[in-house]
Amino acid sequence: MSTISPTTQAVSDSALDKPRTGTWDGGNEPFNASYGKLMMWFFLLSDAFTFAAFLTTYGLIRHRYMAYAGSPEAFTFSTKYWPIPEKVFNSFPGLHGIDLPLAFVALMTMILIFSSVTMVLAVEAGHRFDKKDVQKWLLWTLLFGTTFVSCQAWEWGHFIGGTDAGTLMNDGTVFHGANLSVNQYGPVLFADLFFFITGFHGTHVFSGLCLLTYCFIATTNGTFEKRGHYEMVEKIGLYWHFVDLVWVFVFTFFYLV
Amino acid sequence: MANPSTQPIHAGEIPKPNTAWIWKTFWIITAITALEFAIAFMMPSSTLRNTIFIVLTIFKAFFIVAEFMHLKHETKGLIWTILVPMSLLIWLLVALITEGNAIHNAIF
Repeated sequence: MSTISPTTQAVSDSALDKPRTGTWDGGNEPFNASYGKLMMWFFLLSDAFTFAAFLTTYGLIRHRYMAYAGSPEAFTFSTKYWPIPEKVFNSFPGLHGIDLPLAFVALMTMILIFSSVTMVLAVEAGHRFDKKDVQKWLLWTLLFGTTFVSCQAWEWGHFIGGTDAGTLMNDGTVFHGANLSVNQYGPVLFADLFFFITGFHGTHVFSGLCLLTYCFIATTNGTFEKRGHYEMVEKIGLYWHFVDLVWVFVFTFFYLV
Repeated sequence: MANPSTQPIHAGEIPKPNTAWIWKTFWIITAITALEFAIAFMMPSSTLRNTIFIVLTIFKAFFIVAEFMHLKHETKGLIWTILVPMSLLIWLLVALITEGNAIHNAIF
């Protein structure tokens, strides 16, 4: 250390602190996107393949079973054919015994889409360096996201618990609800796919909520303000919109088709 | 879109929010969802209905990815980098539909 004068030390330190701007010196951003944003896009691309594989598998397995041939009014659960989704998902919390096909899942879809809107609003506020607005919209996103996961928990609880009547199974016993090896709604794989697809999506929402919580704390502490940009909100926003995007597909292929 | 890190930090003065495009996109997505929901009850199940559902879902996906995820406003290179690998999914679909019988016979 004695060979380096304090002045040289200070110069080299400031040279390290400055971002390098040369094209071949790390100063060039491919696609005009930062490293973090680009990597988030590539991660989401790989995640899209995972979910696409899940949904394609659903289509393949569903196609292997006979479709229900009778009229929708006369539909009963049977392990012989794939159930009609609106006959399985027809209950609403607090309205026991009333047939409300797909009403709850439609509400859940709207909640998640709305959380996506509040997320864009948070990103937009970040561009304007409006710390208060970023906090506000992140909190709204957290609220809607938590509501969605709670709704899904209720949906799972109801699916596992089953209907009051249950279904007379092949072995002569009446079975209520579902688990991974037997269910009252249809073929075993129907419930398996329900648990895996909505469960994997729910895990993604939960991870998103953890990231949003971190984002809110960091915004409140002024971390992003000191950094000079709210890019972290943007990156986590990308992830959150992707989770919403996946739900749009799950909604179509699991509940509508 | 300008990289946020290159924008100057506004000291004190905070610009007015520009959110009209966000709400417009929201209403489009909501309308498509409502339409899907209506079709689910007004039309008997058929291949045509499934096709309509898939087309409407891709519309919704377009608005989420293009506007909310801002992909439409990125460079062409980034857009193609994300979209081109998606074509592998077409291969996945074709492979599983044509080989589906063999998979089913092997498992069950």
